[in-house]
Amino acid sequence: MKRFWGFVVKEFLHIFRDYRTLLILFGMPAVQLILFGYVVTNEIKDARIAILDQSKDETTRKITEKITSSGYFKLDRNLNTYSEIEEAFKEGDIKLVIVFEPEFTKKLENDRLAHVQLIGDASDPNTANILVNYATGILNNYLYSMNVGAIPLQIFPETRMMYNQELKGVFMFVPGLMAMLLMLISALMTSISITKEKELGTMELLLASPLRPMQIVVGKVFPYVFLAFINACIIILLGNIVFDVPVRGSIALLLFENFLFISMALSLGILISCLTNSQQLAMMISLIALMLPTILLSGFIFPVENMPKVLQWLCHIMPPMYFITIIKSIMLKGNGLFFIWKETLILIGFTLFFILLSVKKFKIRLA
Amino acid sequence: MRTIIYIIQKEFIQVFRNRRMLPIIFLVPIIQLLVLVNAATFEMKRIHMAVVDLDLSGSSRQLTSKFQGSPFYRIVDAPFSYKEAEELMQAGSVDVILQIPNGFEKNLIKENPGQLQLVVDAINGSSAGLVNAYSTNIIRDFNREILIEWLNPEQLGSIRAIKFDSRYWYNPKLNYTTYMVPGILVLLVTIVGLLLSGMNIVREKEIGTIEQINVTPIRKIEFISGKLIPFWVIAMFELAFGLVIGKLVFNIPIVGSLWLIFLSAGVYLFVILGFGLLISTITNTQQQSMLISFFFMVIFILMSGLFTAIESMPEWAQLLDRINPIAYFIKIMRMVMLKGSTFSDISTLFYSLVVYAVSIISLAIWRYRKVA
Repeated sequence: MKRFWGFVVKEFLHIFRDYRTLLILFGMPAVQLILFGYVVTNEIKDARIAILDQSKDETTRKITEKITSSGYFKLDRNLNTYSEIEEAFKEGDIKLVIVFEPEFTKKLENDRLAHVQLIGDASDPNTANILVNYATGILNNYLYSMNVGAIPLQIFPETRMMYNQELKGVFMFVPGLMAMLLMLISALMTSISITKEKELGTMELLLASPLRPMQIVVGKVFPYVFLAFINACIIILLGNIVFDVPVRGSIALLLFENFLFISMALSLGILISCLTNSQQLAMMISLIALMLPTILLSGFIFPVENMPKVLQWLCHIMPPMYFITIIKSIMLKGNGLFFIWKETLILIGFTLFFILLSVKKFKIRLA
Repeated sequence: MRTIIYIIQKEFIQVFRNRRMLPIIFLVPIIQLLVLVNAATFEMKRIHMAVVDLDLSGSSRQLTSKFQGSPFYRIVDAPFSYKEAEELMQAGSVDVILQIPNGFEKNLIKENPGQLQLVVDAINGSSAGLVNAYSTNIIRDFNREILIEWLNPEQLGSIRAIKFDSRYWYNPKLNYTTYMVPGILVLLVTIVGLLLSGMNIVREKEIGTIEQINVTPIRKIEFISGKLIPFWVIAMFELAFGLVIGKLVFNIPIVGSLWLIFLSAGVYLFVILGFGLLISTITNTQQQSMLISFFFMVIFILMSGLFTAIESMPEWAQLLDRINPIAYFIKIMRMVMLKGSTFSDISTLFYSLVVYAVSIISLAIWRYRKVA
């Protein structure tokens, strides 16, 4: 046991001596959270639009005002002819063009029907879809307010946004960032630290020492559990203080789930290092194979339910997806273990699986 | 000049000798391209809904079946109390709850406005916005049907209506793969390029072989170019390969000039690789270099405008994005590939990349010290 602690102390010294790595390790979550909390948002704000108003009458002016004062849209320019639309899009900044037909008010009053064309720049289909929907909503509301009183039998849907009334993007981001940073830091750091010993030749010394292989592995992992855990706490705290992301559920449970996910990522890191013998290879695997899937196949940005069936299955073998579900459930919905026991069990399963596989692959002798 | 060629040769041999590295450089990114492109969509295909019908009238049933008939909705459950529905949302099995209060039909007929409640799970703000828009639209449709059914023609004639004609240019079917393929391809090439170059010099430092190079008469500029060119070739090849796959598998349109794409890609890759080499020269271990690359990569990727629109970022972040090479290149790729923009459309972006490339490579050469 004393030998083991000696080894752990050595590992800590290794880490603390490399102050640059340490700075990045702790600086990264803080900087990224703050940066992204303000920046990465799907909220549509001030999207640039152009208006081709062929009638320029009272109604179109009113509608234009409604649209520009909504906060979603910013009027970039007024167009005069159809042919200018193409040009506006090609220059790249206009996302939506609204076209009012000639004699809009007259048609609305006499024929009771007027036409509006909404043209989205669908080279970015997600944004185009959202913008067209928002604009339609605003126009519909305007129409509604015109008709109300005059027309009977109107239905008023009243919408309540649960868990996130202001539709803040950061609510999505905190769980996602946690999953990504914990996954990458834990898997990356352990796989590097073990392969580094292999690459520099010091692994032989360790293996020849009276330490048992199990102790070497656990000793290697131990400091990173500690570091990753501190990182998780930093993210939760910052999210709470700076962005008001609540922790509605039990903090103890939240920390336990974090601990579980960190263990899972670390055992994955051990597995990677058992399969590789150069730092470069270990990093390439950890980063290339883990980075984009953790961002895209986890429900971090894009909801899993929208994906094709095959990809949904793929998401279900990605540990981050379960972790993100758990974190959202605890932090934002205030749920207890009762709602997330299944995901928790799956994470435990992943951890055991990676550990067993690593034990099988761990070689005591070097080639 | 001969020296450069030898270094290039050495680097190529080193890359291709590492048999396990090859699939990671070439195969994994392509597989990811094929898979991940399908993942990145906000398109709501199946909205899970719970209907709490406390009215149990003809109208409320008609409204429910209206939702049922929509291909976007699946009614998961119809509990008898709002509390039960909220529990379903709590457990995550329902995205939206439609509550039809008692007396809905009566109020409607008495010509009071009929009240309805929509409760949306808003953790994912952008999805919530869309769910709300879709649901409101269906309710409006339903409202229109009722009007046509119940009002006499004269009353009907007095309703003002605006007809919408929504068009989606450059991508009329809102096929998001056309949008994602260029973007994800750029990301993959960037990740591979940055990692390869970022770890390169520092690896020689760590293993000790850098000393051997330092004592040779190789000049700094030759050394850096010799390191730069092999990775540039690999990354260009990968990009071309990815484009071919994108064309064959996803049938993405390439409207603009292919030469323009490759010209900008060439300049862009110099920026990325120069960035990697710069990191490589200022760090001491592969671990440090990796973490720094990772740090910048996450920021560059998430701020690139690929997943979220740059316009919705605050002013200062858009300013900050001026130093994000990925943002420039994704914009160029999209403009040229999907909209057919010409050189004059993208000239500002292009020249910015050129300036970027020149300055970052000069910086890397300047920072590289031939002393240990």
